[in-house]
Order: sequence, then C-alpha cells, then structure tokens
Amino acid sequence: MTVSSPDTTQELQLLTERLPGESAARIEAAADGFLEVTTDRVHLMEVLRTLRDDPDLDCNLLLDVCGVDYPDREQRFEVVYHLRSLEKDHQLRVKVPLGQDDPAVPSAYGLWKAADWFERETWDLVGIRFDGHPNLRRLLTHEAFQGHALRKDYDPGQRWILTEAETMVPTWVEETPEDEDHFETQILNIGPSHPATHGTLRTVVRLDGEVITKAESEIGYLHRCFEKMSETHGWNQVIPYTDRLNYCSSMINGVGFALGVEHMLGIEAPPRAQVVRLILSEFSRLMDHAVCLGAYLVDVGALTNFWYFFQPREEIYGLLESCAGGRLTISYARVGGLAADVPADFERQVRYLLDYIPKFVDDVETLITTNRIFRQRTEGVGAISAEEAIAWGWTGPCLRAAGVPYDVRRARPYLGYEDYEFDVPIATTGDCYARYLVRIEEMRQSLRIIRQAIDNLPDGPVITDNHHAALPPKSKVYSEMEALIWHFKLIYEGIQVPAGDAYTATEGANGELGYYLVSDGGGRPYRVKVRPPCFPIMQTYPHLLEGHMVADSIAILSSFNIIAGELDR
Amino acid sequence: MRQPDGSSALLTTRIDAMLGWVRKNSLWPLPFGTACCAIEFMSSVSSHYDLARFGAEVVRFSPRQSDMMIVAGTITDKMAPVVKRIYDQMAEPKYVISMGACACTGGFYRAYHVVQGVDEFIPVDVYVPGCPPTPEALIDGILMLQKMIQRGETHYDRLKSRHDTRTATAD
Repeated sequence: MTVSSPDTTQELQLLTERLPGESAARIEAAADGFLEVTTDRVHLMEVLRTLRDDPDLDCNLLLDVCGVDYPDREQRFEVVYHLRSLEKDHQLRVKVPLGQDDPAVPSAYGLWKAADWFERETWDLVGIRFDGHPNLRRLLTHEAFQGHALRKDYDPGQRWILTEAETMVPTWVEETPEDEDHFETQILNIGPSHPATHGTLRTVVRLDGEVITKAESEIGYLHRCFEKMSETHGWNQVIPYTDRLNYCSSMINGVGFALGVEHMLGIEAPPRAQVVRLILSEFSRLMDHAVCLGAYLVDVGALTNFWYFFQPREEIYGLLESCAGGRLTISYARVGGLAADVPADFERQVRYLLDYIPKFVDDVETLITTNRIFRQRTEGVGAISAEEAIAWGWTGPCLRAAGVPYDVRRARPYLGYEDYEFDVPIATTGDCYARYLVRIEEMRQSLRIIRQAIDNLPDGPVITDNHHAALPPKSKVYSEMEALIWHFKLIYEGIQVPAGDAYTATEGANGELGYYLVSDGGGRPYRVKVRPPCFPIMQTYPHLLEGHMVADSIAILSSFNIIAGELDR
Repeated sequence: MRQPDGSSALLTTRIDAMLGWVRKNSLWPLPFGTACCAIEFMSSVSSHYDLARFGAEVVRFSPRQSDMMIVAGTITDKMAPVVKRIYDQMAEPKYVISMGACACTGGFYRAYHVVQGVDEFIPVDVYVPGCPPTPEALIDGILMLQKMIQRGETHYDRLKSRHDTRTATAD
C-alpha cells in the first residue's frame, strides 16, 4: 500500500506550491501513502477546488467524507475528506478541525456530486452541518431518532422506538405539476418490502404516464450500527462485523480490514496466508457476481440463470466451510494472517472448482448474452458517462462498464496482485447491459487469478509470529511461560495499535472498499469508517431514473448490485 | 365448535386435523429478507437444498398470498413498523419463523438502531438460531413448524382456541 518515498516528496512539493500558505495550515505525507492537508473551514472550499481543478493535482474522485469526534481536543470534531486522482494517481486526505459550538463546514456537493449522501451521513451520525447542502436530512437513522450516534458521548445501546411507519414524503410530492402536459402525473412508492428492492431500499417516484420524472431514495433500513459496534470491540472482534457488510463476499471485507490494521501495526501476514486470502477473495468475488447476476436476471424475468449460478455457489460454500467452518460469514481473516490453516485437500478442492465453475458461466452466457429480450431490456438503459460516474464517486464493475479501467488491484496492488496476470475488463456504453458483460468477464478473470495462485501456493505458517498482534499457538501457551504471558496480554488488553490513522483500500466486489481506521493506541478502534463501494452508486440511482420507465428502474437497480449490509452498515 | 366444558366434538377434531395436514404441506413463504440470512434463504430454495421437497417453495412477496413469514435478517428500528404492517396484512392462519440470531434476539448488534428480536412486536412460532443459519437449520425449522401446525400448537391455534373458548362461554 505504501507509495515509494521519492514519489511522495515530489507530490508534497507540488502540493505546497499549489496551496498557498494561508489556506492550508499543514501539509504532510502520512504513513499510509496519503498526503494530508489540514485546513480550516474558511479555506476549505478554496483548497478542495484547487485539488479538483488544478491540472497537475486533478483529484476527480471523492472517495469518502466522514466525521470523527475527539471530545478531549480543543477542536472537538474533525471532518475528513479522502480524494484520489485517477489519472495522476495522487491520494489526498483533507482534514478540517471544528469547534464544538458550531460544527459546520460548507458543502462539497457543488464540486463532487459524490458528497451528497456522504455529507448527509456525517450529519446524521456525527452531527456536522454542511452549509449549502441541497437536502441535509438524516440518512441512515429514522426520523424519530434523537442525537448523533457516532459521537463519543452517545450510549451505543440507546434506542429510539419508531412506532408509526416512517412516511418520508419528499417535498416535491406536494408540488406535482398538473397542466395539460402532465395530466397523468402520479406518485408511486417502491419498497422497502418489494421483491425487486432486495428487502431494504425505498424509492419514491413521480410518474408522468409510465415515465419517471423525479425520484428520491431512502436508505438506512438495515443500518445496524457497524461503526459504533466496532468502537466497542477489540480489533480482531471487528472482523465478524465486517463479514456482514457485504455478506455475499465476506472474505474480501475481512481481508481489507485486516490489511488496514496490519499496515498500522507495521506487520505483514506470512506468504501462505496472503495467497490463501487472495484465492478466497477471488472466489468471494465470483460468488458475489453470481448472486448479483442471478438476482439481476430474475428481476428482468430470466429465472433459470438464478439456479445455474447458485449451484457453483454451493460448491464454493463447501470450500469455505472446510476452511473456516462457516458458509457465508466465515470470519476467516485475522490481524496478521488467518484463523487456521486450510485443510489438507485444499488444493484438490480448488482445482475441482476451477474445472467445475466455467461451465455454469458459459451456460449463462449462452442463454443471456445474445438474448434479444434481455438486450432490449438492458441496452441503453441506465446509461451513464465516465465523467458523470466519476463525479458521483463510482468505482468497481459499474465504473468499468462506463469505460474507466480503474481497479484497485491494478492501481494500488495489495496481497501481491501485481504478480498475477489478469485483465481489467471494461465496456464503453455504461448501461445495464455493459454492467452485465463486465461482471461475466470478471468472473473468468477471477478464475484465471486463482489458477495462477494455486499453482504457487507456498508452504509455511498462516499467521504471523509477532505476538503483539497474533496469539501464540495453544501448545506453546500450555508449555512456555512467555507464550502464556503473550496470550494473557493479548486477550486482556487487545492488540495495541499505535495511535494514528490510515486509509486502506481493497477492491471489493462492488468497487473500492476503503477502511479509514483511527486508533488512540488502545485495544479497540477509536473510529472505523468504511467506504462502502455501493453507497455512492446508490446515491446516483434516483437521478439516473429520471426519464426511464418503471420497469427500467428494476433493471437498473439490480444491475448495480446494491448490498444493503454495506450500504447501510 | 368447542363444547362449553372445553372438549371438542369428534367431528371438529378431525376437521382440525385434516386442515392442519393440508396447511402444513403447502406453506407459502413470504421471505422478509433484509440481510445475510436472505442469501441463505435463497440457497434453501435453490436446487441444492430444494425447499420444494417440503411443500414450501411457492415464494410469494405479497403478504396477501402467503401464510408463513420468514423474517430473515436484522430488523432495525426503522424497518420494524414495516414488518409489523406486512404481518398485519397477511390473512390468517399465519405463521412466523424468525431466521437467524438477529431476528431472534438482535444477535451481536446490541446497538442503537437494531430491534432486539422481532418478538418485540410480532408473535414468533419457530426460532432458528445461527448467524446465518445453514439451509439445513432453516429446513429443520420449517419441519418443526409443520409438526406444530399438525398438533395445533402454533400461535394461531392458541389465539383461535382462546377466541373459541371465549365465544363458547359467552353462549
């Protein structure tokens, strides 16, 4: 993850030149490869605009906006922006400390549309106001909720009961145009209990005939407080929670988190653990795409493929079960390696899967790729241009379907992805059909990566012998005094992660999965902020709907692969 | 049809038994799937586990067409009124399976936005533990519900007998 130091020095110099002294209080290179700019709210807009518009900086992707609460500091709150330049490969973090009395900053929505929901979430959970935001309402919690849950003085168990079903009615519902051009206007509510919204999404649309003229989405129906729960548990105990973010590919989440913590500790997992992580991550990506495409095709009326895709999934579950004991949420990664070694017949099982899976992918392709009905339902539907997609903060298969070959595995390799041969498939049209094609091809590429990895699976331990991070083996705990002490200290005090913060990115099945971890040096995370890959994609959804038919809204939603667990956390 | 002394007439018992037999073998599930458990529910209905073997494969997303609600996944405070409303819209007799640790007790989300078990607001017949439960566990839960329906031990039966007794006493 770390960028080589000369590179950073050059970037730092460039940044110091472009940001005049009075606007940025401090510019420094952080240990995680990010350049860190600390500014105040008066100069924030100026700094952000320079970062976006300066051709040498060109930070076109707003990754994340979050707030952190430090009650002990003089400036209690801190708003943190993470930016990335896809062309120039810069990574920047902008920090704005804010006092307790009036925690407000200007909204960045005018610069990056991606800021829309990120700022609403920060307002909801940390209580930082974004002046100038077009629709600053609560996003994840319900309307009867009081207070801001991610402030340190908020009790994690304090619930507010909502008795009446929430009736989020957008303001534009009242101002429905009724003239001779719009005589058939009506308001339609889709979800949250609707088969095609996958349980937990709600969208209110205004229809003119059958054409959607305006839409607004409501999320948070699965907001189960991941970030607050992380703050009340030890570093390793967070891993089971990460499994339930994107539960279709739980391994990727756990690995991403473990990599982040390992980075802060300055340790690395042993080579065997890295390769096993990589193999299981790629299998998870495959499973995730299989669920996504299966459900997508069901939603547009092709049920058979759902059964075709679930059969290989069951076989992959068998592999995961034999490694970790669980099928879906496996909690297999640990800080410093893996929970246990893989079974003796791991290689045989993987090779069996490598032969078994391609047939199902081929079958689905035969049925769907040139299928006239499917193409009519998806071609040109939900299309987005590359610039728009980046402005909205898209990453992953959906961005690649719009023609941007951005893949974290390529751009910032981790787990040794740089040593494997694979292609990053892209499409150009950016519509629902392109998203289908990209996912199908990614499944094949995942198989290709696994094939190379299993050929070179090294022997050795699967967890680090650094006992600041990982428990010593049980046999030693029972026979050696020192090991017993390590065991005792780790269980009682937890992993002592050095104070500081770091952002780690991995390529999740839906796009860039980022963890912004803050540690105060204790045995628990001080703050964990996830950058969920489907969150920025979902915020585009209501805007993308305008001009489409109701039936298209279903195809568009399913082609995004919105996983409520990571969307709402 | 229950007698004032609480016993049932021979005929009604046999109708009850027959109805129970019919009902248990054609449960139409309404999957209220919100999270990870919904994926395992999908596995249960797919070809490998094939819920059709137990007569419960006709998945219906409309509460008016289904009689077994499977609450699969975490229910948050924001979602709770929706679950309640869907449950109220189901026609009787209706049964509820609470699938997974979150739906049963809130699971390991002891948190500010999570319902600590759906039995806070709807009656549950069968609790299936697990995080998420395997499809085998869910099928076991459905088989258990079938037995309960046959024996008349579900929440619906209890409600009905209470109602019948009350009507009988009023007579």
